[in-house]
Amino acid sequence: MIAEIGHFSLILALGLAVCLAILPAVGVYYRRVNLMQLSGSLSAGLFVFVSISMVCLGNAFLNDDFSVAYVARNSNSALPVQYKISAIWGAHEGSFLLWSLVMAGWTLAVSVFSRNLTLDMRARVLSVMGILSVGFLLFILLTSNPFDRNLPVFPQDGSDLNPLLQDFGLIVHPPMLYMGYVGFSVPFAFAIATLTSGKLDSAWARWSRPWTNLAWAFLTVGITLGSWWAYYELGWGGWWFWDAVENASFMPWLVGTALVHSLAATEKRGVFKSWTVLLAIFAFSFSLLGAFLVRSGVLTSVHAFAVDPERGVFILAFLVLVIGGSLLLYAFKATGIKSTAGFEWTSRETMILVNNMLLIVAAGVVLLGTIYPLIYEALTGGKKISVGPPYFNTIFVPIVMLLFVVMAVSPSSRWRKTPLEKIVRQQLVSLFASLVMVTTLIYFFASKIEWVAVLVVSVAAWILINLLRDLFGRVRNKVDKLTALFRQPLSYYGMLLGHLGIAVSITGVCLTVYYSEEKDIRMAAGDLVQLSGYEVLFKGVKKVKGPNYVADQGELVISRDGEHVVTLHPEKRFYQTGGNMMTEADMDAGLFRDLYVALGEPIGESAWAVRVQYKPFVRWVWFGGLLIALGGSVTLLDRRYRTAKRKVAASATEVGVTAQKTTTQKTVLGEVR
Amino acid sequence: MSRFVYLLVFFFSFPVEAAIDAYPFPNTELQERHNALIEELRCPQCLNTNLAGSDSMIARDLRREVHRMLLEGMSDEEILDFMYERYGDFILYKPRLQKGTLLLWFGPLIFLLLVSIVAFRLVKSRKARISTLSDSEVKRLEELIGKK
Amino acid sequence: MTVNKSLLIPLVVFILLVTVLALGFRLEDPHYLPSQLINKPFPEFSLPDLHQNDRIITKADLTGDVTLVNVWATWCPNCLVEHPELMRISREEDIVLYGVNYNDETNKAIRWLERHKNPFKLNIVDNKGTLAIDLGVYGAPETFVLDENGVIQYRHVGAVTRMVWDSKILPVVSLLRKQAPGPSGDSE
Repeated sequence: MIAEIGHFSLILALGLAVCLAILPAVGVYYRRVNLMQLSGSLSAGLFVFVSISMVCLGNAFLNDDFSVAYVARNSNSALPVQYKISAIWGAHEGSFLLWSLVMAGWTLAVSVFSRNLTLDMRARVLSVMGILSVGFLLFILLTSNPFDRNLPVFPQDGSDLNPLLQDFGLIVHPPMLYMGYVGFSVPFAFAIATLTSGKLDSAWARWSRPWTNLAWAFLTVGITLGSWWAYYELGWGGWWFWDAVENASFMPWLVGTALVHSLAATEKRGVFKSWTVLLAIFAFSFSLLGAFLVRSGVLTSVHAFAVDPERGVFILAFLVLVIGGSLLLYAFKATGIKSTAGFEWTSRETMILVNNMLLIVAAGVVLLGTIYPLIYEALTGGKKISVGPPYFNTIFVPIVMLLFVVMAVSPSSRWRKTPLEKIVRQQLVSLFASLVMVTTLIYFFASKIEWVAVLVVSVAAWILINLLRDLFGRVRNKVDKLTALFRQPLSYYGMLLGHLGIAVSITGVCLTVYYSEEKDIRMAAGDLVQLSGYEVLFKGVKKVKGPNYVADQGELVISRDGEHVVTLHPEKRFYQTGGNMMTEADMDAGLFRDLYVALGEPIGESAWAVRVQYKPFVRWVWFGGLLIALGGSVTLLDRRYRTAKRKVAASATEVGVTAQKTTTQKTVLGEVR
Repeated sequence: MSRFVYLLVFFFSFPVEAAIDAYPFPNTELQERHNALIEELRCPQCLNTNLAGSDSMIARDLRREVHRMLLEGMSDEEILDFMYERYGDFILYKPRLQKGTLLLWFGPLIFLLLVSIVAFRLVKSRKARISTLSDSEVKRLEELIGKK
Repeated sequence: MTVNKSLLIPLVVFILLVTVLALGFRLEDPHYLPSQLINKPFPEFSLPDLHQNDRIITKADLTGDVTLVNVWATWCPNCLVEHPELMRISREEDIVLYGVNYNDETNKAIRWLERHKNPFKLNIVDNKGTLAIDLGVYGAPETFVLDENGVIQYRHVGAVTRMVWDSKILPVVSLLRKQAPGPSGDSE
């Protein structure tokens, strides 16, 4: 019964989404305030019914209702309760329901937190988001219904959730990722609303920024979590494989980063107006493209959902309509956009432009590599090719290095024009300082000098030094330095944290790639192996039992210079219900290094194949990611969003439609300044 | 490499295990070459995993072959050729440079150049539009301010 | 409505992208690998006979006529599925089958064939899978069609069903026989 309520709820939600897509838009066209105002309640209703649907599905999982086919495929009575809940999004149908819920959530959030928007604009934005919800809900109801029943014969017990998914990672990674993907629909909706309204000023940039930054922060967290999860789950110490699905999340992130920067330039200086609109469309396009790649079966990936061409066709059709339509709209409506502000070669605008240019090329390269097997197969009439990490690393790394150099010098750049003489000298000094510092550190602390690593980490240090210099420069002339620190706008700290996060991540990536040590060896009880200054003693293997598995558990004692550091217990688990074998690596996480061990196969009677790894600074990769996300989120709390809201809200409540004049005024003045 | 494996394909084993073979090598150089090669070679049977990460039978056999060939003194190139002769381009994660992959290897550079040209022209046109308001713009500004 | 031509570029690029993606639907199963050995000679090997350990089989034993070489194993469920069809082919069709016992145990294989009957004229023991690797095998079962000179002309991946025989293998075999004077003359 509950499953039917869930199903019905979705149908109701679809109905509301259709209304949301149409009615406020009609209201805009005919200038009917009451229709435009409907957007608020329709958004709320949409969210309520999709939530009910989600709760019903959760209920089916918690109550082990195996007559629901989706539950039978992905759960089991012995499954621990937290995994029963996260199993909701453990496969295609349920995860797409989560996607729709997140979409409805963002729609509601936009309707609630847009008091400073004109009624007209709000109606347009929510209408676009309504159209997207229609697409998603239709997709679920027509091709991927999680509520399909297995009647009259249904299994006594479910097939169990894949053991790899029985993990904390499943609980957090998909929701964060979807918050990001779907969140990009907000700037997309704003961009479309701006194009249709014909008012191509930079007000839309100011409105979209907090939303975009938040969505981007979520996506950053999602990707970071995914990488971290792969690292500790898979047993070989890898954290990025350039797999189609990983790339599917990385491409929108790259474009999203460009969008975040472009919006800043458009808001502050009124430049790149039409490029920013295009970027907003692209960012969301890549989100949808990602969904397509993961769910259509067109590309081979271990992460891909069940292969079903019918679903792929639907998503592709949706892509064509939504993105094709947007780009068509762009082609016709963006002609009116003209930025009046100019800037020099040395300006911050140019830095941002170069930055975005490189990000777009990076995204393009990742896209090319990801879909190239398809292109090749078409070109050669059926031959297969693989494009993997060697290709991506070769092409991507140089682009990213250029990006870091731009990032390093950009805080010193000024809008419109940067006085070069001072800056060049400063930059050379800080670059030299970072090279010296890093070389010294590596000389003393590392086993050998890898010059590429020195170079890359120096660039990271250079970024850091420049950030610090910029910060000190801002407080240097103030009497009360501490207060001055606090008075810097939060969006400045956002930038600081974001760039710092990148520097931290680069350092982590580089050091772990060049200084990791890995050994696969045969060990019998009592054997000792040396690993980067650590001694690893294998003490043997014993049998243990878990909630839904039995395992062989190894014991490895690690010491350094005779002192005990840690004892690790890697396992080889056998899950009885599904009959799956799994390697559960064990690791000692540290701020400056990870020690990672995994158990292989038994060799003969008394020995085992054991893998031990020393991974320096690997945690910095994800720590950097979290800093970046923090930076993005911090900008939302910036004072100007809080005070501006109050000011504009006052004037906007006068008359919905005519309040637009006020915002246009503000923008013109902003450009002149 | 599965971050989250959603697909259970019946014919293909999915990589639930990190593949750990304790193959003995006489020196670290060969060991490192082995590690690099098995990361660069794709498991023919799996859903996008390299030989290092797959525990399928064919992956185990191929790793053993790589080990054997290294001990026999074959170069990396020869080993990759061996694999290519039997499994084709599919098994190589680094696509060979051939007619069909020119677009792949040179496309990014061309794209970078195109985008650079666009950016260059953009900056050039903006440089020409520096600051000063025209007289009509000044008048309009006064109008707007005055109106308020 | 005037349109700035350059603004249409994103749309054009998008359409190209979508076309490529749509192609993905019409292309073969993404897991299917075409064989690298078509029109190449069967690899050289010398491996023991399953039923006579002391006898060594080489490539020469496979030449002389158009033949089928089937890679199979006792651990392979689809091999059991295709087995009746292989038996039928060995009885009713005018072609000889050779088996390659892949990564298996000899005793188990012998018992398996006793239970399910043996369609193979000879069975090659490939316990380490080296011949299979030379053949570019990536999963069992796989079936190869060789011409009379031992050159591989076709490979089928997966179980051989009656339909597969009729639609895919028989046409190749017929064509090969027509083109060459085999021991049975112009057969068919």
